[in-house]
Amino acid sequence: MNDAQPPSDSAPPPLEIHDLTVAYHKKPVLWGVDVTIPAGELVGVVGPNGAGKSTLIKAVMGLVPTSSGWIRIFGQPARKNLARVAYVPQRESVDWDFPVSALDVVLMGRYRHLGLIRRPGRRDRDIARDCLEKVKMLPYANRQISNLSGGQQQRVFLARALAQESDLYLMDEPFAGIDAATEAAIITLFKELKAKGKTIIVVHHDLPSARTYFDRLLLLNMRVVACGPTKEVFTMDLLQQTYGGRLTILSEVAEEVKEF
Amino acid sequence: MALLWLGVLPAEAARIGDLGEIDAWEQIRRFLSLRDPAVRYALLGSVLLGLTCGTLGSFIVVRRLALMGDTLSHAVLPGVVLGFLWNMTKDPFAIFVGATLAGLAGTLTVSFITQTTRLKEDAALGMVLAGYFAVGATLLTMTQRLSSGTQSGINDFLFGQAAEIGPDDLRLMGIVTVIVVALVTAFYKEFLISSFDAGFAHLIGIPAKLVHHALMLLLAFAVVISLQAVGVVLVSAMLIIPAATAYLLTERLSQMIILASFIGMASGVAGAFLSFLGNNLPTGPFMVLAAGSFFFTAFVFSPRHGVGVRAFRQLARGRRISRENTLKGMYHVLEKEGFTGIGVSLRELAEHHRETLEETRSRVLALQRARLASLSEDHDVAHLTPQGWKRAATIVRNHRLWELYLTNAVELAPDHVHDDAEKIEHILGEDTVRLLERRLGHATVDPHGKAIPSSIDIHQGRFPGPTPGPPTPTGGRS
Repeated sequence: MNDAQPPSDSAPPPLEIHDLTVAYHKKPVLWGVDVTIPAGELVGVVGPNGAGKSTLIKAVMGLVPTSSGWIRIFGQPARKNLARVAYVPQRESVDWDFPVSALDVVLMGRYRHLGLIRRPGRRDRDIARDCLEKVKMLPYANRQISNLSGGQQQRVFLARALAQESDLYLMDEPFAGIDAATEAAIITLFKELKAKGKTIIVVHHDLPSARTYFDRLLLLNMRVVACGPTKEVFTMDLLQQTYGGRLTILSEVAEEVKEF
Repeated sequence: MALLWLGVLPAEAARIGDLGEIDAWEQIRRFLSLRDPAVRYALLGSVLLGLTCGTLGSFIVVRRLALMGDTLSHAVLPGVVLGFLWNMTKDPFAIFVGATLAGLAGTLTVSFITQTTRLKEDAALGMVLAGYFAVGATLLTMTQRLSSGTQSGINDFLFGQAAEIGPDDLRLMGIVTVIVVALVTAFYKEFLISSFDAGFAHLIGIPAKLVHHALMLLLAFAVVISLQAVGVVLVSAMLIIPAATAYLLTERLSQMIILASFIGMASGVAGAFLSFLGNNLPTGPFMVLAAGSFFFTAFVFSPRHGVGVRAFRQLARGRRISRENTLKGMYHVLEKEGFTGIGVSLRELAEHHRETLEETRSRVLALQRARLASLSEDHDVAHLTPQGWKRAATIVRNHRLWELYLTNAVELAPDHVHDDAEKIEHILGEDTVRLLERRLGHATVDPHGKAIPSSIDIHQGRFPGPTPGPPTPTGGRS
């Protein structure tokens, strides 16, 4: 019923979110999110700290419980179709002193294809090495991950996502703490993926570069302020709505809901 | 009983007489001959527990659950006593069930406290550890009154007694070990990913929570089968120390698990042996001491991270830098004289280094030991050997190249670059030097107007001035 064909007009969108509300410890952090992301686009999710950007990504992956609404990935309920999603978590989310090599981490991207018990084989190793090559990290394949710099660690995570060979990529702040050269290399990589019809959704915190990087922006501040082509939504008015003036009533009510 | 133990210590043995000594030898022979079934059981049991604890302990350490292991192992005590009370004997299966349930109840209590209050996990762990242990200790004391005192052997569960391991215990240990090794081998990949990145594991369809609970259950099993030999109080050390030792020695989880298993087994056997020598003193402390000495060894001598190894490397580096500074000083002195002479007078060198003649002499003697220079009979003049010349010119080249690089490419003022170069000169590798030379267009003069020895000259043994010291073999090298 779902196939890996390149997206056409009739194909269901990679990501469709309807009336999604997410709460942490009963305190709502995202309200009534409605978003549809078309295939083959590079999408930036921007908004101030605490806007719920990471939460949105985690909700799509089922890592945080949702209070209401639904999420579909390529037309299927999200949790049934996670196989088509690749994910780059925030770098701080793992222990980089863990005794594994860069190649081991990238191989983790192949686990889904292996199923239970089976170990990665030569083909998986080849794919993993290719992915490391794409992010220019092949020379470091056998290094323990603690011996890599922050930017290199980020690229290893990226290689792992590539090794998943998915159609939808979710990236949580892939540019945090990396140098400009690496950032440029990663953007080039994203554009290559896009050219292959993949959809990439990136949580991003830097507004000026967001404008040049992304085809489409999702302006988020506890609710969707706007979602559309960058040219249309990167306006003073909408950005002010996103960043300017905290939504006092919304956060106060959130507090009340928590107390309740 | 205590006298026999003292017999093991040579100093004491001399005082107490032959009796103790004969018994110690006798004990060793009994242990090594393996004729005694109790010895065989104790030994096999220790191997099994070391294997299980080392394997699971690796996951505990990399998942930062060490305190959880400690809490779980203390929380089993009430279950042990209740299992004993079931039919007033040390029935391994009753105790196994009781202890496992109590241990799991302990971990659930921790989750419950952290999820329903603002307390963090460490506080919850501390409370549960002590609380469950207190309940267990109370029950234990009451049981001892109830049954015929310490005859029951229930006391052995506090600090362990490998000699008390029976065939039933051994069977249970065998079953658990097989389960643990089989599961970890079969699901290694799943254990690995959910330990490293639980969120990612979830995404690719691996139930990280289930894996966590499975690990906790296996951990409870491991603790419970180890109780008889190690005891409630110290069993967590057998989980943590072998794994922590392995963690210092390798950089791959799979290797860490194998290594930790071996260290666990070795510690178990060593503990059982020492306890047997001491006429069945509690086994637990000996096993933990054995594991601890493995850790200490790794801590000091681990090739990459050992503190001893690092200190030694530091010392060697310090000596090398000091030698190189002396060589550089000699080069400077010769250079000041326009490379007209071949010997460096110690007086001049001392002036150059702003130190006493004695200090300079010991510097040069260090060079002589390293065959980089030779000191004249009267200890007044030093000559560089060909090796020494090469090294001296290399250091001077590194220094001046770096200064030039800092002024030209990094655009620092010429008076800002010397101190930097003082450090970098000892570090620069030949590859970097090639790169610098190319980058600087094979410049021959440094920012202070001094000549930079070129790599090619150094390599071919061509040095400024008249042929230095003992004649240099020239031309022969390519």
